[in-house]
Parts: sequence; C-alpha cells; structure tokens
Amino acid sequence: MQQLTRNGVLIDDTFAEAFGMRATAIIITAPTLKWARQAAITMTGFATSVIGCGCEAAIDMDVPETKTPDGRPGCRVMIFAMGTDDLQKQLKTRLGQCVLTSPGSACFADLEGSAPLDLGNALRYFGDGWQISKKFGGRHYWRVPVMDGEFLCEATTGLTKNAVGGGNLLFLAADNAKALHAAERAVAAIEKEPGAIMPFPGGVVRSGSKVGGKYKGMMASTNDAFAPTLRGVVNSALTPDINAVLEIVIDGETSDAVAAAMRAGLKAVIDLGPKKGALRISAGNYGGKLGKFHYHLKDLLP
Amino acid sequence: MKALTFSLLAEPEERLDLSGLTPASLAGLTEIQIAKLHVGTSRKPALVGDVFKVTGKDVNSLIVEGSSPWLDRVGAGLNGGTIRVTGNVGSQAGRKMSGGTLLVEGSAGDHAGSGMAGGRLEIKGNAGDYASGPLAGEMTGMEGGVLIVRGKAGHYAGDRLRRGTIAVLKGCGDYAGYRMVAGTIVVTGRVGAMPGFLMKRGSLLLDRRPENLVPTFMPCGEPDIAFSRLFDRFLIREKILDKPLLGQKPGKYGGDNAVLGKGEILFRRGR
Repeated sequence: MQQLTRNGVLIDDTFAEAFGMRATAIIITAPTLKWARQAAITMTGFATSVIGCGCEAAIDMDVPETKTPDGRPGCRVMIFAMGTDDLQKQLKTRLGQCVLTSPGSACFADLEGSAPLDLGNALRYFGDGWQISKKFGGRHYWRVPVMDGEFLCEATTGLTKNAVGGGNLLFLAADNAKALHAAERAVAAIEKEPGAIMPFPGGVVRSGSKVGGKYKGMMASTNDAFAPTLRGVVNSALTPDINAVLEIVIDGETSDAVAAAMRAGLKAVIDLGPKKGALRISAGNYGGKLGKFHYHLKDLLP
Repeated sequence: MKALTFSLLAEPEERLDLSGLTPASLAGLTEIQIAKLHVGTSRKPALVGDVFKVTGKDVNSLIVEGSSPWLDRVGAGLNGGTIRVTGNVGSQAGRKMSGGTLLVEGSAGDHAGSGMAGGRLEIKGNAGDYASGPLAGEMTGMEGGVLIVRGKAGHYAGDRLRRGTIAVLKGCGDYAGYRMVAGTIVVTGRVGAMPGFLMKRGSLLLDRRPENLVPTFMPCGEPDIAFSRLFDRFLIREKILDKPLLGQKPGKYGGDNAVLGKGEILFRRGR
C-alpha cells in the first residue's frame, strides 16, 4: 500500500467506506447545562451501533442559551438509524424514558427534513388529558404536566435521508497510551464540527470489526488484521512497531459533515505527531462494494 | 410597482363593505372593472369609483387611504398579500382572513378579526367588542393567525377562540377569553371583570395578577415552566412586545371549572 507522510505520521492511501442512513436532530434544554447534558447522555446511552442498539446517537454540540428556543442552556442530539420506522421507534422510547423523565427538561426539533418524526405527538398521552397543545410562530408544541412543572416538547422534528454513517479513522500507535492520546485529540477536534457525532464510548472504539465471522449468525467479528496480538499469526495490517489501534466512527447529517469531521480528526492527530500519538493513520472499508460513500484519506489531509 | 391605493374622497353616505378589495379578488381586473365594483350596502349601492380615487397598480399591496367607522369588512377573506389602512375602520375588519397581513393604523370597530384562520391583523389603535369573535349563530371564533391590538380592546375579546394568538397591549374590557376553546390571549394593561369566563381550554397570559376573577378559577401555584420563556421570546421575535411578558415563574390559575376547566391564566408575578 502506498503511504504518504505528514509531520512524521504515515497516512495509508486508503478510504473509509460509509453508508446512507436516516437521521434526526433535537435540542434538549434544561435549567442548567449539566442537566441538559444529563438528559442527552442518558438518551444517547446504549446507542453505539445499529447492529446491537437499534440506532446510533450522541451529543452533536452544546447550544448556548442565546441559541435555544426557550433561552435555557441545551445540547443538540443526533440520532441515526437504517430505516425511518427504526428511527421513530428509538426516538419515541428514548425520549419517553430518558428526556421526559429528566428534571426540568424540554425538547425541540432541530432539523428541517423531508418528513416529520413524532416527538411530543408520541408523548402527549402521558398528560392523561391534561396535556396542552400550543401552536404559534409556525410551530406546534405540547405541554405535559409533570411533577416539577411541565415537560415542553415540540410536536415533531424533521427526518433527513441524506445522513451518512460509518466514516472512520484508525490510529495506529506504539502503545495504548499513545493510541488513546491520539484518539482523544481527534475526538476533541471532531466535537467542534457541527452535524457530526461519534457514537462510541467517548467517541472511541477499540473493537473494530470485520463483516461476518467463523461462527454462524455472527454479523461482525474482531478485526484480526488490526489486532496487535495476532500480528504474527494472521494476515495482519500491522507493522512490528504498532502495539495498539483505536478507531473513531463518525456519523454525519450530510456527507460533507462526515468529510469535515474526518478532516478535523486527521489534522489533530497529524499535529500531535508520531512521538506522542499515532505512528500511522488508516481507515476501514469493505473493499468499496458495500457502502456508497468513500472518503479517501489523501483527499482530506491538511 | 406602486401599491394599489384607494383614497376615500369624502365621508361615505352609507356603510361600505370592502370585503371585495383584497389582492386575490382584484387580481386580473382592469382599472375600469375595479371602479365598477360594488362597495355600498344600500339598495343602490355605491361603486368603488364613487367613493374612492384609485391609483397605483400593485394588487398584492393595497392601501386604503381614509378613515371612517363605516369602512366595514376591510380585508375580509384576505388570504395573501398586504392591506394597509391609514385611518379607522368599521366592524369585521379582517373577518375570516386566512393569510397575508392587514394593518389598520387607526382603530377598528366590533368583531375585528372575526373568525380569522391565519395571517396577521394588526390594529394600531383600539378594537371594539368581540375582537376575533364569531358572529351571532356561529360556533367558533378565531381559528389561527395573529391578531394584535396595540391599543385597548372592548368586551368579550377572544370569544370562542379556538387557535391562534391574540395580543391586546393596553388593556381590555370584561370577559376577555369568554368561552374560549383553546388558543392564546395576551393582555398587557388592565383587564376587566371575569377574564376567562367559561373558558374550556387555552391560555390567558397577563402582565399582572388578575382582579375580578370568576370564583371557578383556582390558584395553581407558581410553576417554573419553559413555556413562558418560549412564548416570551415568540412575542419579542414577532415584535408584538419589546420585553418579556411572563418571566421565569409566572403565577397560574386553572379554570374555568364551571365548564371543562382545562384552561389557564398565567400572569407575571410581582405586579
């Protein structure tokens, strides 16, 4: 494989392969940023991969009180799924169990999409007849009485069919600490990019996978080519100086958002350099036949 | 293109029905055809050309220059474009309008915005009784849109309101929100007797604690709700008010328990 070098970091001439997804975005507000984030973190828990969680979700960014609909601090949450029905189901259950329940929360649409998804429309019956519908300024809200006052929730949010899931970067480092350092830098840089989320724990995934496995029924299994402990016994992608690999997976509202996020992550890790961070940066793909979106690292370099 | 302008030549000799003068109904008409439209309401009704001097061409932006309590039904049925009236108008201004903007720079008579379903009706002066309310025999009042009265409104403002927002900025008469079904009424300034009388659902938002309440309204505390902030911002964004109405923790009364009892009066505390 041809390799480029930037600031001493080797860049594989390869590409990340990503898929079209359905996505939506909402703004959750609360009396303080702490509680807005708490509702958002709870709602996006157990939402790392559509394979096992039904959706992929995370906080896109914090929204200052000057930019939220109700003037309280909030954060923007994005949720991705493979189909509209899956997305609606996940949105409804997570909203009902995690946001409705969180102290002082309110929830607003934050995506103009091709179709509506129910937010408050799905939860209003919790009001048991005391829910209040309000339509003004071209928007529709539900107010549901709860024990600390009211849960205010916009009736619907938008759905986009132009979302992309599965953009990724692999950071190959001399040891675990350096791999983690590189990954943390990349996460911090990508968090600043609007419209892109990293659904795995803290944005980082250590169990990168390949499609299928030797056991029947396994949709995915360990990415042995990038597992350093198997370097000598499988057809490995790792050179002898690599002892740890971490991956960042990126879902974006649009293909451009994924590209921008990958560009920011690449730059952050290249700037960190090979001594403190990654010796080499690669990306995961399936040969290019499964996913519609290909992000070539060489096109995204700083 | 200059706005199509109807300048009142003299005080009319009969009540005029101006519901035919909207962008939609004037589109495609020639000057002569417009001049021959009936606007009078007597047995030999006056024509547009009898009472107005007509200038300009742009039918999407109408101006009525003049002021008379006999200019009835201005902008009735408006569904797009703008109408501006430079003076006072009679009854039923903006009746059943569903879109567009109607601006009355003077005062309006009774039933302003009666049964409106959309659009924006702004009255810079006062409005008479039954603002937005239904005519006799009709089941519902306003069903959408925004009605702003920058001056005072008379009695029964928002009668049978079903949806939409009414804002009265210098106080209103008795029975504001009478029989309202849903929707929102904002009143700043003094509110007359028995606001919300027989309201089923909906919101009356006041800038002070209401006096003269019906005994079937019950105090419901001082909840810290996000809605008040959201609505305050809406009022400021729409240039209806220039400062927050309710604030963070409005007081609340629930009622009218003589009927369904799912309505609310929210008011700014401390006044």
